[in-house]
Amino acid sequence: MNELKINLCGISMKNPLILASGILGVSNEYFKTLEENGAGAVVIKSISREPRSGHPNPVILAYEAGLMNAVGYSNPGLDIAKEEFSKITVKIPVIASIIGSEPKDFEYMAKNFLHDGFAAVEIPLSCPHTPGFGTLAGQGTPQATTAITKAVRKHTKLPIIVKLSPNIDSIGTVAQAAEKAGADAISACNTLGPGMVINIETAKPFLDFKVGGVSGPALRPIAVRCVYDIFKSVKIPIIGIGGVTTGRDAIEMMMAGASAVGLGTAVYYRGVGVFNKIAEEMSDWLKENNYTNVSEIIGVAHE
Amino acid sequence: MNDANKLLRASEQIGTSKKQIPSGIDVPSEKQFSLPSELPNVLPIQSIEQECSDIKTFYFRYKMNFKPGQFVMVWIPRLDEKPFTISYHNEDSFGISVQEKGRFTKALFAMKPGDKVGFRGPYGNSFKLFDSVSDSAKTIVIGGGCGAAPIAPLIDALSVNKKSAPKVIIGARSKANLIYAKRFPDSTFVTDDGSFGKKAFTTDALNELLQSGFKPDMVYTCGPEIMMKKVVDICIENDIPCQASLERYMKCGFGVCGQCVCGKKRVCIDGPVFEKEELVKISDFGKFTRQKTGEKTPI
Ligand SMILES: Cc1cc2nc3c(=O)[nH]c(=O)nc-3n(C[C@H](O)[C@H](O)[C@H](O)COP(=O)(O)OP(=O)(O)OC[C@H]3O[C@@H](n4cnc5c(N)ncnc54)[C@H](O)[C@@H]3O)c2cc1C
Ligand SMILES: Cc1cc2nc3c(=O)[nH]c(=O)nc-3n(C[C@H](O)[C@H](O)[C@H](O)COP(=O)(O)O)c2cc1C
Ligand code: FES
Repeated sequence: MNELKINLCGISMKNPLILASGILGVSNEYFKTLEENGAGAVVIKSISREPRSGHPNPVILAYEAGLMNAVGYSNPGLDIAKEEFSKITVKIPVIASIIGSEPKDFEYMAKNFLHDGFAAVEIPLSCPHTPGFGTLAGQGTPQATTAITKAVRKHTKLPIIVKLSPNIDSIGTVAQAAEKAGADAISACNTLGPGMVINIETAKPFLDFKVGGVSGPALRPIAVRCVYDIFKSVKIPIIGIGGVTTGRDAIEMMMAGASAVGLGTAVYYRGVGVFNKIAEEMSDWLKENNYTNVSEIIGVAHE
Repeated sequence: MNDANKLLRASEQIGTSKKQIPSGIDVPSEKQFSLPSELPNVLPIQSIEQECSDIKTFYFRYKMNFKPGQFVMVWIPRLDEKPFTISYHNEDSFGISVQEKGRFTKALFAMKPGDKVGFRGPYGNSFKLFDSVSDSAKTIVIGGGCGAAPIAPLIDALSVNKKSAPKVIIGARSKANLIYAKRFPDSTFVTDDGSFGKKAFTTDALNELLQSGFKPDMVYTCGPEIMMKKVVDICIENDIPCQASLERYMKCGFGVCGQCVCGKKRVCIDGPVFEKEELVKISDFGKFTRQKTGEKTPI
């Protein structure tokens, strides 16, 4: 499948399909499973300085248009994660994901967690359901994005990917702030909302945290528009994430301006084999439409 | 459900998904339009049975499409949601056998018939069964402690008639923790302290059965992981096929969050039942589990 080979800020990938952060990215050993199932690259589940249990269950629900989650960034914390990921044992690129409340937390994580074995680092400034992090900590502004990106840049030479929230009104402006501060790519987007789903028999929200970030098909048109807007605003590449479930969805995301595509909720709909399935669907479509490489379709919806 | 046609298949159920709920439960009429989702169904407790000092079975009237070994996620609003295996199943009802441990199970134990809890599922794979009656008769089923819960519907399924009944070994720490003595009276019972049945471990009973010349086609087991590891080791030594049902901390239950990852597998969707050949490849089996934060800790 040469037609799917891409290069994303210096990282060469066999296909543009990247496992999105927070979905299954817990161990080197499990990355092997994802590699076997055709993932082009993987992002680890976001890591904070201290261990976090996250919110109490239920933390994820599947409603009719996708998933809603308030996992609350559960993760084993810097020390244990550092041990787990000190050596990367898969051949596909592994992208780190670090979180914090203040620029100095990101700085600390960049200094102490990152190493050359990672292909890049993603900084999500966009989680909508964890107090102290993401949009609930005001990280979605151009000022915060600049400060955090610069803080991470100080301590790493790895490509920096800034992950944005679909909630931001002028997402292009925030993407520009990231680019100016030294980001090498933008990923768009994180989950939308938060939203709420209530069980009417008990008159209680299903999620224990009551609200959660919306992903999956409900998010797709919004994510496509975000990518389209960001493509107009910056020169750095974009990873399009949000509701991509089929090869056609992935092609659409790339036509909007994405250089690679993140998959999260698609694992719910189509299993971990989803990477191979979507790669094959993309490949078939490209051949039928006489493209020799997938890069040729990036941003064509703007022409 | 876990494939390309999930959306499609789900959409075929539009309007009919509510059909399964028996009368007596307050749900919208069948004609009411609803899109498919996987949200918990809230059901009242039908009845409660005390199985032993720390285990109760809760029964619910609900027609569940279920295979032995599968589990449900049980929701108590504003408290938590936890996995429990279905331990009892027939045409129009099912039950879960719960051991009192911490906050969630204590809250369940305080409930009375009529109180409501939420369910989603069933999730996970199931024990692989034999088609022919004579093969079932050549199986051994081993349950340790609350691990007797998932194997109970398996024993029911294997015992289509007397001829096909498997050899059953049920063990517990002591009489006060042993369940299903009345439900499966023909079983071999063992306790650590000898207060009921033989004073022995389930693995002793297994070894004894094998030494008596009985050659099983399959050993099924569920219980403490250390026990299951020993059972699997015995099966490897004796070249007997074996299936074991694992437990890991669960959040989503449908293969997305990564919480239950064990080696290269997810217990919630690739398991909870694994065959011997898979278990030997799962590096964490019998060694490590994963806490709520994702931290790996020794078993
Ligand atoms: C597939 C599966 C099937 C199970 N079937 C049964 C059953 O039939 N009967 C039964 O009594 N128990 C069963 N369990 C275990 C049951 O989920 C726990 O006993 C219960 O969650 C304890 O909750 P608690 O708040 O009372 O206790 P806590 O004090 O919170 O926990 C006690 C122990 O239970 C386990 N546990 C807690 N939360 C979870 C969780 N979300 N997922 C998995 N394990 C957890 C942990 O090992 C913990 O150390 C099953 C677990 C799994 C994974
Ligand atoms: C269960 C779950 C957990 C997530 N956890 C994280 C996380 O830890 N860090 C992060 O940056 N994004 C996280 N996300 C967001 C996803 O990476 C992705 O941006 C979002 O789900 C949209 O893509 P999708 O529609 O393909 O799922 C999570 C999403 C889900 C569904
Ligand atoms: S519990 Fe979420 S992947 Fe198994």
